[in-house]
Amino acid sequence: MTNGISNEAFVLGCSAIGAGIAMIAGFGPGIGQGNAAAQAVAAVGRNPGAAGAIRTTMFMGQAVAETTGLYSFAVAIILLFANPLVGKLK
Amino acid sequence: MILGMTNPVMADADFAIKGLYKYELFGQELWITTTHVSLAIVSICLLIFMIVANAKMKKATAVPKGFQNVIELIVELMDNLVYGTMGKHYVRFRNYIGVLFMFLLFANISGLFGLRPPTADFSITFPLGLITFVLINYNGFKANKFGHIKGLFEPMPFMFPVNFVGEIAVPISLSLRLFGNVMSGTVMMGLIYGLLPIWIKAGVPSVLHVYFDIFSGAIQTYVFCMLTMVYIGDKIGAEE
Repeated sequence: MTNGISNEAFVLGCSAIGAGIAMIAGFGPGIGQGNAAAQAVAAVGRNPGAAGAIRTTMFMGQAVAETTGLYSFAVAIILLFANPLVGKLK
Repeated sequence: MILGMTNPVMADADFAIKGLYKYELFGQELWITTTHVSLAIVSICLLIFMIVANAKMKKATAVPKGFQNVIELIVELMDNLVYGTMGKHYVRFRNYIGVLFMFLLFANISGLFGLRPPTADFSITFPLGLITFVLINYNGFKANKFGHIKGLFEPMPFMFPVNFVGEIAVPISLSLRLFGNVMSGTVMMGLIYGLLPIWIKAGVPSVLHVYFDIFSGAIQTYVFCMLTMVYIGDKIGAEE
């Protein structure tokens, strides 16, 4: 590499950037969970008696909506701490 | 794979799986890691709880008092939870779901006591997902015989790949969901304990422990058990 950056440092830096980019996916689940919570609030406002059932349903839906964010989190963790790309340097 | 053994960040932030003891088996290099230790501690706690509960219930009284109240509360809670989702089939599954619930709850909350939660390791959550997968398909096959396999070809035969991937994705997404939630809590707590100045560490982490360990752990425990029951109930037709 030019400018005295070693190959390994370059790959590590790019892995860190990639991890950051992967976590952009976090805003999808944020919107989805917010939507679920907003609808749940509206539902409780309309029918306060069903608050318990609505709460559990909301948590279930939010936990399922979270999955895509967690996939990106897994990718970021692997890029940062398992460093799979450094092994490709040979 | 021991994550981040040589990573310089690890010196400050302490959330990786650490190898404690190396041994060889059939020429393979294997490790006893922190996951094994915390798993053993969680299991021993559950065993002690079980022995005490068993001893108490041996001389149970008609009017419950003391610890018997707690045990009856737990059993009743689990029965109602399973009955609410699976209907008349609940008798066959309440033991497994109860054990799963207790184990996951203890494991997720163990972060509060300074352990590294066992569920923050994909090699613990993936077997749990696989057990769910086996239960789903065993019960689906038992209930519907070959209709279970025929279900993969519905509504059209060419939909088979889509349905097949959908079936395979169940254990992976179940285990990744649990792993990701607990792991993210562990990473956050590790960063907070490792990188904040000492005077903030006095009070702030306690608030975050409540969220990441207790709230998130309890929610994920509930979600894992609930999804397991929903998937199984879907196959055996628990609606009627």
